[in-house]
Amino acid sequence: MANASIAVGTLDRPVRYGSISRDRKWALRWSYFFLVLFAAFFLLPPIYMLITSLKSSAEISAAQNPWWVYAPTLSNYIELLTQNQYLIFFRNSALVSVCVVTITMLISVFAAFALARMKFWGSATIATGVFLTYLVPDTLLFIPLFKMFAFVRDWTDIELMNHWWTMIILYPTLSVPFATWIMIGYFASIPKELDEAALIDGATWFQTLTKIFIPVAMPGIIAAMIFSFTVSWAQFLYPLAFTTSTSELVLPVGIVTTLIKGDVFNWGQIMTGALLGAAPPLIIYAFLMDYYIAGLTAGSTKG
Amino acid sequence: MAQVTLRKVFKKYDEVPAVRGVDLDIADKEFIVLVGPSGCGKSTTLRMIAGLEEITGGDIAIGGNIVNDVPPKDRDIAMVFQNYALYPHMNVYENMSFGLKLKKTPKDEIDRRVKQAAGILDITELLDRKPKQLSGGQRQRVAMGRAIVRDPKVFLFDEPLSNLDAKLRVQMRTEIKKVHQKVRTTTVYVTHDQVEAMTLADRVVVMNAGLIEQVGTPNDLYHSPTTKFVAGFIGSPAMNFIPCQLDQAAGALRVRLSDKLAFAVPEGRTARYSAYVGKPNLVLGLRPEHIIETRPHVEPNQHDFDQVIEVVEPMGMETLVYFTIGGAEICGRVNPNANAMAGKSMKLRADLSNMHLIDDTTGKVI
Repeated sequence: MANASIAVGTLDRPVRYGSISRDRKWALRWSYFFLVLFAAFFLLPPIYMLITSLKSSAEISAAQNPWWVYAPTLSNYIELLTQNQYLIFFRNSALVSVCVVTITMLISVFAAFALARMKFWGSATIATGVFLTYLVPDTLLFIPLFKMFAFVRDWTDIELMNHWWTMIILYPTLSVPFATWIMIGYFASIPKELDEAALIDGATWFQTLTKIFIPVAMPGIIAAMIFSFTVSWAQFLYPLAFTTSTSELVLPVGIVTTLIKGDVFNWGQIMTGALLGAAPPLIIYAFLMDYYIAGLTAGSTKG
Repeated sequence: MAQVTLRKVFKKYDEVPAVRGVDLDIADKEFIVLVGPSGCGKSTTLRMIAGLEEITGGDIAIGGNIVNDVPPKDRDIAMVFQNYALYPHMNVYENMSFGLKLKKTPKDEIDRRVKQAAGILDITELLDRKPKQLSGGQRQRVAMGRAIVRDPKVFLFDEPLSNLDAKLRVQMRTEIKKVHQKVRTTTVYVTHDQVEAMTLADRVVVMNAGLIEQVGTPNDLYHSPTTKFVAGFIGSPAMNFIPCQLDQAAGALRVRLSDKLAFAVPEGRTARYSAYVGKPNLVLGLRPEHIIETRPHVEPNQHDFDQVIEVVEPMGMETLVYFTIGGAEICGRVNPNANAMAGKSMKLRADLSNMHLIDDTTGKVI
């Protein structure tokens, strides 16, 4: 019998492949490198805004290191927040956003439930149609909307131009299709047996929606709410086109039209206004994101 | 009193028939199991009883009232689904009480019923838990609890054990049987597992291709199947089907399996079988337990024969042996001590007192 012998030698070189922990280390290094890169890319502008907002106009135009505040001042904040104008923009934006989110959710949740669950003739076509309307860019829509407003004025004497509340009618044209689409997808992921169980338990369609679907689809609903809030808070084109009086402006347009006087840019106040304007979405995201992730990890879609 | 009656029930999905005229009478308090292969229409039949599918033709009556156009909630039924379908955002108590709350049942009555059902199912300590905190078996109990609290006329089960692992399935099977013995409600149970069907049912309904093949007690179906389909579907390992011919020699009727192998037909059956002498397409149906190792004492209708064994599967309590006759693979169940060896010849014994002769052109047992 031949004795098989294995030569036992020392490893004279380190293994250069096949080490999982080594691969992981490199993956981590690369991911941190890119994370830092992206964080810097996205966070530097807000930081620059913050720095600028703490400077006086003289310091902003002075030729010195722009990344350092030599004489910090809150004068921009005080001026802006004591000025009635800015507070009106803020109020307009807040009212519009809250109303738009409410209207959007009311329409899209009901529409999505009907399209996802009550199979009626043409429901699939309508669902696709809803998505197609989302694909029409708003830049294409505002001229026809002008025409429509003129038409409404001619027929009913209701003036839709130059009112902040007109935005409450306008923004849902952007937010409803997308929110409905998100909700159709979310409702479709809920197992069919769940509504059949509710049906046998004696629930009406409406009860099935309010007592089963809405609680189960909460993460989806919050995603849709975040989306429609973002759309209405940051919308620039429609208010720029449809409102002109200072008292009717919303925040993004207000800052740009009132704080830029001719060719004079009041940079300190522009930055302050933009920074304050960005605060509400930030706070809402921070709060709802937590809830959103909690909803996802609860695994609430599978019984 | 809640009998369920199906009369010529039809169901078509876009001209494709799923159920093709089902007639069935389910007695009050009876446990009926619908069993059959995938796509045989058993689930559709159950869903039509539940009111989740509209019927294309025929009548369904629950407790004597025709319910063809009655919505599910007014049929007084409860259903247990394969994936449990528990409401994920409600705890066990809320899941079980949801139906009663919708019916505006008084609070203390709800509480009493939920606690009672939880007691029957042994889930009292789980009442505050959410479904995701429960194991598969516990979820299944809650789903049953949700059905029990409503005290319906009929329980409907749609493959309730298919999502459980094998061990738990056996345990829950016993559990369901116990619950039925305690609660005594008319039950319709759908499964594709014939063991589940045999163990649970008062009567089993075997369905195939949208039609009922046979209705009977588990023992009826096992011992006197009326069609080849039922004979092959019920029992595990399945009944052996061996192509054969019927010939007459010296006045005695014989089933001929091959040139060398022919067995005399049991005497009581000669009259029934004599018309089929020389006819083609005959199949001998013989269950594996009727092919055993040879023994010293020969009973009537038992015949010994030599056979080369191809595969041996020791099961512990018995050993399964496989061999081929006339192109058909045949399984026999022999004593583990009979020394069966693959590739070796073995003396086997066929017991024809429980044989079935099947006309393969019609698929009927003669």
